[in-house]
Amino acid sequence: MATVSEGRLAVAMFEEPAAVKPWHEKLRDMARKQPVGVAGAIIVVLMILMAVFADVVTPFDPLQTSYEYMLAPPDGSFLFGTDMLGRDVYSRIVYGARTALFVGFTAAAVGGALGLVLGVSSAYFGGLFDLIFQRVMDVFMAFPLVIMALAVVSILGTGTENVILAIIVPFVPRCARVVRSSALQIREIPYIDAAKACGFGHTRIILRHMAPNVMAPFLIMVTAFVGQAILTEASLSYLGLGVQEPTPAWGLMLQGGAEEFAETAPWVAVFPGLAITLAVFGFNLFGDALRDVLDPRLRSSQ
Amino acid sequence: MSAMKTSFTRLALAAGLGAAVAAGGVVAASAEEPKTGGVLRLVVAGKIPSYDGHRESTFAMIHPIRPFYSLLIRVNPDDPQSSDFICDLCEGDVPAPTNDGKTYTFKIRQGVEFHDGTPLTAHDIVATYNKIVFPEEGILSNRVSRFAMVDAISAPDDHTVQFDLKYASPGFIPMVATPFNFVYAKKDLEQADPDGKDPQYGMKWHQSNINGTGPFVFVEHQPGSHVLGKRYEKYHHEGKPYLDGFKAISAPKMSIRIQAIRGGRADIEFRGFPPKARDDLVKALGEDITVQESAWNCTFGYAGNQTKPLFQDKRVRQALTLALDRWGASRYLSKIAIVKTVGGLALPGHPVAADEETLKSYYGYWPDIEKSRAKARELLKEAGAEGASFKIWNRAVDQPYKAVGTWMIDQWRQIGLNVEQIVVPTGPWMAGLRDPEQEGADVNIWPSCQSVVNPIVDAGAWISKARAADNRGHYEDAQLDEWYDQMQREGDPAKQAELYRKFEKRVLHDEAHFGQILWWHKINPHRSYVKGWKIAPSHYLNQSLDQVWLDVSDEERKQRTMDELGG
Repeated sequence: MATVSEGRLAVAMFEEPAAVKPWHEKLRDMARKQPVGVAGAIIVVLMILMAVFADVVTPFDPLQTSYEYMLAPPDGSFLFGTDMLGRDVYSRIVYGARTALFVGFTAAAVGGALGLVLGVSSAYFGGLFDLIFQRVMDVFMAFPLVIMALAVVSILGTGTENVILAIIVPFVPRCARVVRSSALQIREIPYIDAAKACGFGHTRIILRHMAPNVMAPFLIMVTAFVGQAILTEASLSYLGLGVQEPTPAWGLMLQGGAEEFAETAPWVAVFPGLAITLAVFGFNLFGDALRDVLDPRLRSSQ
Repeated sequence: MSAMKTSFTRLALAAGLGAAVAAGGVVAASAEEPKTGGVLRLVVAGKIPSYDGHRESTFAMIHPIRPFYSLLIRVNPDDPQSSDFICDLCEGDVPAPTNDGKTYTFKIRQGVEFHDGTPLTAHDIVATYNKIVFPEEGILSNRVSRFAMVDAISAPDDHTVQFDLKYASPGFIPMVATPFNFVYAKKDLEQADPDGKDPQYGMKWHQSNINGTGPFVFVEHQPGSHVLGKRYEKYHHEGKPYLDGFKAISAPKMSIRIQAIRGGRADIEFRGFPPKARDDLVKALGEDITVQESAWNCTFGYAGNQTKPLFQDKRVRQALTLALDRWGASRYLSKIAIVKTVGGLALPGHPVAADEETLKSYYGYWPDIEKSRAKARELLKEAGAEGASFKIWNRAVDQPYKAVGTWMIDQWRQIGLNVEQIVVPTGPWMAGLRDPEQEGADVNIWPSCQSVVNPIVDAGAWISKARAADNRGHYEDAQLDEWYDQMQREGDPAKQAELYRKFEKRVLHDEAHFGQILWWHKINPHRSYVKGWKIAPSHYLNQSLDQVWLDVSDEERKQRTMDELGG
């Protein structure tokens, strides 16, 4: 850790405090340094706003069917057209953001938290525990994410809660593996030995002294997980194993009727597809920028 | 060939069943000379649960396996829209009953051999029907309840089979013509387990083995890929089959099946496509595609699970049916799904089917949907079930299950109900339908597809659970049972229709045990060079393929045979 010499400290004490930049200037600086990340953040924020204020920004009930307007093309009344049951595609996409974000954030948060605790614990205890735990994680990680999620959903059944669980299961080992590698370095730092010498319990050392120091890779990981979770949820729903009709969900909107009507009513498939792409793109950009900001090695190289 | 015209042939089905129509051109009256050779490629959506027709009830088995077997009698393949029955393994006409309608005597065709060379005798027919009508304990026979009128089956000699009935029943002959009644060899049914473990080995042998007298001989089944059959040279209908073979290609996704026909990798699909697929194929292929359409002997409805308290109150069940806009659905839902016709329990057009005026007197069929929904809300309020929540137990098949299920949810939302949908694959779905305790199976989607149009017998689906294993509402109703039994014994068609009306009104209106939504509508687009196949009002009927031929060049037929059968 860098230390500050007494002389320099004295100078610093008598210097004028640096002027605090207004928020818009900070934002401009950030946009200049991380333009791609800011674009990602804007997409994410817009998506969150859309989900929160869905009932305000949509003209129709997303579940309301209408015989008269089945497969109506996009126009002034129906911004993105209607689907085969006459439901407004725009309203369903906006409400679909709720489903996507709910699944994405919940799966990423819970999966990430479990992975954090397990990864740090594995690094902290080491030895036989670490060895066995890592082999178990190896088994889980041997399955591609979607395959593992498919297996879980096949056992538990469909529905939003089960989809979240299905995404959490493959997330945990992936997060635990990344966190463990960072935590192994932390474990070797003397302050951990000092904490042990002070008689602190394992839980306190893991949660208060080790976990906060692996937050940077953890946050990057979790942000990327949100995008992956949205994609996985859409994949499962597309395969008919995720959330069920009539719940507005992007993957579900691409299934069934969309396949059947894709040629003559392309808006039924195009807009949900764009929504998925944009959401995953936004979270990935944001995650990359976060990594650039939080990873000290990347920060120093800039 | 002569045909027996049963009372069912008096059906004025032409209007209801619909004539076969062609989009690419009118289906030829087939004065053309059939060409021999080639291999037909059909696409099939489902998986084959087993090869045993007596046990199964799915098109996924019938389409690839029926061509290996023969029946005692069958629906006339030249006129499958009628209920003309002709002999398949019997000789001459389908027999008229004797002994006051209680005895049917069939003369069995001579010189027929099973594919393994075993000669067919009357004893094979007796053994087959004993398995179907009087199955041993532990042996599943899917249509056993529909043969309740049969008292005994015997073979007075090697070429005569006699059915003795408990009572005269006009439903008997249509039941014999059911396409699932594959005729098996007695020696196959009686064979012993080589390992000596299973005393019912022979009775189960056909679940995984094939030996019939049908127009095609089994070549191979590669699960998930295809079933292949080749021409049986000793087939008992002279000059047939015309094809060298057939290949039933497994294609679970509808989009794949449509594209297979569009891209020329398959010739036909026998179950049925939605209207949109028909339109796309016609637009893309023009004269190269022919479309046959028909009414379809399949109801599509639902039943509240009456083991669950909410649905024990008939006012709730009545409210559910009152909320559904069937007339609107018929106009609009039919554009996107394979359902179309508003009807009661009997196929519209059949003599016992309710006319429009009668239908409009039932709950759920009122022309004014707003009035109907107001009544539904009133009944829910009376029952203390306003805003009730429940789940629909549905099958993970797009057409028509998910399309109609999603529509039902919206209809019920409009009377303030909070409905979710549980969609599961076919296996768990069937298991859930059978289990009254299944979580999420509050309202069960209840399709009922029959083969031969035989509504008097088929009404057995809606009698008490104790007698009808496929009762999806899990209810008991002694009154329905009594009327059903009376219908089976009633010889006077007018009185039979009267009983049927009372039965139907109780099922749909008074007790609202079952909510019939729409009858299915069958659309079969196929390559125009496929000739000789005529659409039936059921996807189970007319599937022996012995009439089918390919109107393509000699070279192409030869090439297909080379490609699929190796010469």
